Amino acid sequence: MFDVITLFLSSVIIYSIPLLYGTTGEIMIEKSGSLNLGVEGTMAIGAVAGYVAACRTNSLFVGVLVAFISAALVGAVFAFLTVTLQANQNVTGLTITTFGVAFYYFLGNGLSNSEGGWPMLGNTTLAAQFADIKIPLLSDIPVLGPVLFTKNILVYFGVLIAVLMWLYFAKTVPGLKLRAIGENPGAADSLGINVTLYKYIHIMIGSGIMGIGGIYMGLNMGGTFEGSNCWINGYGWIAIALVIFANWSPARAILGTVVFGLFSTLRVYNVAFATAFPGVLGWLNKIPAHFFSALPFIITLIVLILSSMRKNSSSGEPAAIGRNYYREDR
Amino acid sequence: MGNAIELRGISKSFGSVAANRDINLTLKEGEILALLGENGSGKTTLMNMLSGIYMPDSGSIFVNGNKVNINSPEQAARLGIGMVHQHFKLVERFTALENIRLGLKEGGKFLLGKDTRKYIQDTAAKFGFEIDPDKLVCNMSVSEKQTLEILKVICYGAKIIIFDEPTAVLTVQEIDKLFDVMRKMRQDGHSLIIITHKLNEVMEISDRVAVLRHGEYIGSVETAKTSEKELTELMVGRRIDLDIKRPLMDKTHPLLEIRDLTVKNDEGALAVDGMNFYIRGGEILGVAGIAGSGQKELCEAIAGLRPIERGQMLHEGESIVGMSPKKILEHGISMSFIPEDRLGMGLAPSLSITDNMMLKNYTEAKGIFVDRKAARKEAKEAIDKLEIVTPSTETPVRKLSGGNVQKVLLGREIKSGPNVLVTAYPVRGLDINSSYMIYDILNEQKKKGVGILFVGEDLDVMLALCDKIMVMCHGRLQGVVNSTNTTKEDIGLMMTGALNIVNKEGKTDGIAADSAFEDKKEEADV
Repeated sequence: MFDVITLFLSSVIIYSIPLLYGTTGEIMIEKSGSLNLGVEGTMAIGAVAGYVAACRTNSLFVGVLVAFISAALVGAVFAFLTVTLQANQNVTGLTITTFGVAFYYFLGNGLSNSEGGWPMLGNTTLAAQFADIKIPLLSDIPVLGPVLFTKNILVYFGVLIAVLMWLYFAKTVPGLKLRAIGENPGAADSLGINVTLYKYIHIMIGSGIMGIGGIYMGLNMGGTFEGSNCWINGYGWIAIALVIFANWSPARAILGTVVFGLFSTLRVYNVAFATAFPGVLGWLNKIPAHFFSALPFIITLIVLILSSMRKNSSSGEPAAIGRNYYREDR
Repeated sequence: MGNAIELRGISKSFGSVAANRDINLTLKEGEILALLGENGSGKTTLMNMLSGIYMPDSGSIFVNGNKVNINSPEQAARLGIGMVHQHFKLVERFTALENIRLGLKEGGKFLLGKDTRKYIQDTAAKFGFEIDPDKLVCNMSVSEKQTLEILKVICYGAKIIIFDEPTAVLTVQEIDKLFDVMRKMRQDGHSLIIITHKLNEVMEISDRVAVLRHGEYIGSVETAKTSEKELTELMVGRRIDLDIKRPLMDKTHPLLEIRDLTVKNDEGALAVDGMNFYIRGGEILGVAGIAGSGQKELCEAIAGLRPIERGQMLHEGESIVGMSPKKILEHGISMSFIPEDRLGMGLAPSLSITDNMMLKNYTEAKGIFVDRKAARKEAKEAIDKLEIVTPSTETPVRKLSGGNVQKVLLGREIKSGPNVLVTAYPVRGLDINSSYMIYDILNEQKKKGVGILFVGEDLDVMLALCDKIMVMCHGRLQGVVNSTNTTKEDIGLMMTGALNIVNKEGKTDGIAADSAFEDKKEEADV
């Protein structure tokens, strides 16, 4: 009986982590004052490029690196269009999503139809590198041990990124300068801070982090490519909403992604719950599966409505978000 | 004493327009130099060349006797040149400390340095700044923000500091405090340039005055040896009558009466709190108060743009509470509000004068088509009458200079023939010449028997132009004074809330003796 709960919570963490990568990456970009709606596409490109590279080299490290770099290059395109050429951020972001997802299918279908075929994960060394790592002592705690401390390396890495990013914003001078740019680029510029450079760097790093979330999703799905379903499956959009839910704080993003992971995981565990606790949760069986698939998006909608109603000074939303900065525009 | 700055033959053009022509200017070490000139005379361009935002086309700049090239704000900072901008360059959601830390070159990569805090506090103490380093900028008053801006440039090591219209947003008492700080900085060996339109301030604070006109350097005079009159002539290039006229009119019955008006601002806090006042025909009622004391919300409530919480508004005996803005306009109440960015409210910047004229009376046209011909005629009339300088009636409004934009807005409001005119900051950012033209327009309306509510910034102007002045502080009425028997100091005290004279000598300010509020009459007499 407790096994079901342990398994469920364990899955919650596994499903949360790609969201955490997407959310922290987007937080970094939004803190620089840019709104990138291209999370879905950026993750898709990172996923497919990283996964293929990982399979070809049989190395998780290379895969993650390629996922990061390819997604960061997508970020560079976004930065070039919106920072240098002053294009509309919303339109550019949407374009990147369209392009990224299409690129995913293009590469995936192309490889599937080629001679070697789509690379499968199977029982390779790569799969072993992605296997769960037990943290000594901590993993022996009942329930919490398997849920939190027996996970693959990218889970730990994702949490580490969120914590480091939080420290970066709160405690370092470059972090302070970045936040200043997101709030008032004119003020930052007048102090000799290189607004353009900061934006480029952080948009690229943020996009790169999203890319790692992408390859995580691919590996987590066992690397099977379906011609009709993208690995990212709308997680990029949820990440954008989660940024608001997390109030632009990487630390709160950890909490937010776990809450959303919970709803995403219900879809897989509703039957198991109904069987394990027929008295209390038997009704879960009667709800159509489609409802559970839609649940994360319904919650996203509710979160967005609630958070746009809450408008006060404690909001972490960067004041200059979504507006391009042009020095001579006064 | 040497020269802190010397400009020789500086010229700068934008396209075919010459903003500065062959300017020679010196700033001596340890002096306060006032830079005087009308809008568009090239003051800002010149100062931007000193602070590294623009590069001069020709000419040379000497700082402390050395020829320099200033090609970026950082370079200017390295040379010890700092600028206190008119629009504060502060991050609202940061504390004072964080804002200063942002531009400090030393202090490591981490924020935790205690030395930084001590350095900032010591610098503040040296010049007598009162500042709480952990206060968020968004919770600061305008004066506190400016103090922080000044402290910022001093902390960055500037010895030559340019103040761009620093007094525009301050109260009388705050201006005195600022001038004390400036004198202290001069004592400490700083050299200061102050840009301002206000001649009395030039006379009070500066050692020397340099005058620019149409991008050319006219000359400089020692403040002690000149007068406001002479300075105006230098600036405008001809004699100008500095007295604002205040024609005395027979006042009519109260046109607009406001009782116990309470309005909330966007954040849901009380912006106007139980205000009583009235306007008679043929008078100008000034509204004085520190920026953000509820002036904007008051204007919006009268125009029907903002719902009121409590209270009554009578226009010629009829309640206008709850009416749509359009209905209120038809009733004869017209509002022109010049916001800080000047183009934000009332005009569509990319549309032409004609189109902007139509925005207010498009409903008069029959059918679904607009009557452009009539509107063009109206635009032409306004251009002729108000001497609006524009290439044509079809020029987009944003291409006009500030004064002309404001004239277009005011012209449109007057055209509808209101009998109550609410106007907020109509001369905001205008030079002397354009300002006087606006005053003339208002006085002309007053002569026609219109009641005018004039929300202003400059107390000298208000004392000269308005018949009565009511003072607001935090949305509350502090009193209504007759502008012929009051002083700037009293009004300043009322603005800060230190003085309240609403209930004096047994009568209540803001309630007319011949009120249209029948039921409230006895109350008022008590």
